[in-house]
Amino acid sequence: MQQHRLRTLSVLLFSLGLSQFSFAADTLKIGVGVPLTGRNAAFGDQIFRGAQQAAEDINAAGGVDGKKIELIKGDDACEPKQAVSVAQRFVEVDKVQAEIGHFCSSSTIPATEVYAEAGILAITPGSTNPKVTERNLPTIFRACGRDDQQGKVAAEYMVNKLKAKKVVLVHDKDTYGQGIADSVRTNLQKLGITESLYEGLTRGEKDFNALVTKIKALNPDAVYFGGLYNEAGLLVRQLREQGVKAAFIAGDGIVSEDFVTAAGGKQFSQGVYMTFGADSRKLPSGKAVVEKFRKAGFEPEGYTLYAYTAMQAIAAAVQGTKSTDGMKLSKWLKANTVSTVMGDKAWDEKGDLKVTDYVMYQWDNNGKYAEVAP
Amino acid sequence: MTAYILAQQLVNGVVLGAIYGLIAVGYTMVYGIMGMINFAHSEIYMLSAYLSTIVLAVLVYWGIQSPLVLILLTLGVAMSMTALYGWVIERLAYRPLRDAPRLAPLISAIGISLILQSYAVLTQGAKTKGIPTFIEGVTRFGDAVNNVQISNIQVLILIIALCSMVALNFIIQHTAFGQACRATQQDRGMAEILGINTDKVISLVFVIGSAMAAVAGLLVTMNYGSFDFNIGFVMGVKAFTAAVLGGIGSLTGAMLGGIILGVSESLFAGLVNSDYKDVFAFSLLVIFLIFRPSGLLGKPEVEKV
Repeated sequence: MQQHRLRTLSVLLFSLGLSQFSFAADTLKIGVGVPLTGRNAAFGDQIFRGAQQAAEDINAAGGVDGKKIELIKGDDACEPKQAVSVAQRFVEVDKVQAEIGHFCSSSTIPATEVYAEAGILAITPGSTNPKVTERNLPTIFRACGRDDQQGKVAAEYMVNKLKAKKVVLVHDKDTYGQGIADSVRTNLQKLGITESLYEGLTRGEKDFNALVTKIKALNPDAVYFGGLYNEAGLLVRQLREQGVKAAFIAGDGIVSEDFVTAAGGKQFSQGVYMTFGADSRKLPSGKAVVEKFRKAGFEPEGYTLYAYTAMQAIAAAVQGTKSTDGMKLSKWLKANTVSTVMGDKAWDEKGDLKVTDYVMYQWDNNGKYAEVAP
Repeated sequence: MTAYILAQQLVNGVVLGAIYGLIAVGYTMVYGIMGMINFAHSEIYMLSAYLSTIVLAVLVYWGIQSPLVLILLTLGVAMSMTALYGWVIERLAYRPLRDAPRLAPLISAIGISLILQSYAVLTQGAKTKGIPTFIEGVTRFGDAVNNVQISNIQVLILIIALCSMVALNFIIQHTAFGQACRATQQDRGMAEILGINTDKVISLVFVIGSAMAAVAGLLVTMNYGSFDFNIGFVMGVKAFTAAVLGGIGSLTGAMLGGIILGVSESLFAGLVNSDYKDVFAFSLLVIFLIFRPSGLLGKPEVEKV
């Protein structure tokens, strides 16, 4: 009896394996490697939703080169080690033909090494650390800007608009956070300002009161934080609780309404500045797609539309080359302009966008953010 | 560097240390009685943050406004729920392994902590959760520029931590249950022969430790405003360190260890550099343990013959 059951099971498994095989021929497999669990899952959710909607829309319009897009999920939890094993699984087990991801720069940098070696096209919708595209890896692209551009906007805003003389720089000791803080630091120096304090805090901790007291003693005009929304929320709350009224500025790592939750209320997030690409939800090219998201009860904030754009770029390249070879796709993307939900996009030799548009946003007293008038 | 800043850093450190201490108590009690490290303890603390938030939401929905009533009721419900968790965990994961080699319950503790974490993610999601501030106000000493401040919630943390320590010490030193606890700690076999139901004693220790974690969970959530399923990890490491520093097995030691750890972290971050505050705190621990392996108030291990 036992043996009989085992045999049935193995036959079943075998046939399942077969059916998967026959499927592989007429689908375009695209891996999405993002943090779906862990403390930065809010961003993974944005990206996966974006990619999923794009795949659905493209499939509904007949697919790419006659093939339907099949998405394969990978959860890197924003941890470099896990990101590499997701990348290896995508390449060796799932045999993906292109990849969207990852999110945290510290995950994207090691994971893209795997894709580059396998000759697979990978587009990150949200990793802004300059190093991502500075390693001469021909099949690695990004659909967002770079921290050296973002840091410049933040530094210029602090000096020219906020008239800040004393600036404190805090970062979370991670690739992204420290990278962007360094970029702000360099740009501040160009404008003739040396920071009063440059220090790191530990991700995952809750109490930054010691650091806050130190900042309070310096009485700065502006505090810049390089890091993600969890620590940013706690830091701004503790600053305000200790009575520090300096302007608080951060990068695109806080572009999620979860920032307000992490701060413990709108009264703390209110007035916080952040740099991010010009609001793509307002572009005429994305109107129909944004409507679709909102109808499904999902606000396409942050990196949602960037992931949508990445998917459109992959689809356009596959359509244009009739191939899934990473090198061919890469050449095509670097030579052509893709019309996307975020407008026309073109890439340079490194795989960076030719045009980026960082602007300053501010959080209001309703827990939402809007562009600051220039 | 003014005296005010130094004093403010001391306040920061003592409050942080009191929180470490409240959780360290759970580690130290279980270790004292069973000689095992209950790795699941920090996850009970994590669960209590979720439980408190749910209870708070329900109470506010019922129209209860007074902060004091809210806190007391929430504390009561959260403590009894985590106490139940503690009891069940001991029953399921540790009691069947009572006579197994020492490593077995350690591994099952790690297993339980993973289960609890995944349980929180599956039922509550991975996103950060927050609660609104309902105790506001700070007391400032000094003028507008140079001052030391302590918020009402920080005062509450200190009061509750102090009360809990006094109550626990009283229970252990002056009640029949406390006597049974101490007897079980000294020699479980002998205590059993003398008619003490050691299984019951151990269960109760888990219940008390878990209830203390609930106290910490509520206070931390109110103080920092937000939490997620991962808060147990860092807090667990720190609280365990506090317990070892104070002398594992000693209640007062756990609180003392917590405060020493909190103050040294805070002073180092404030006066030197916050990048290396953990490096400093743990170096301190290592050096301290080289010279005093049993911790501040711990008794040197006596080999049982």
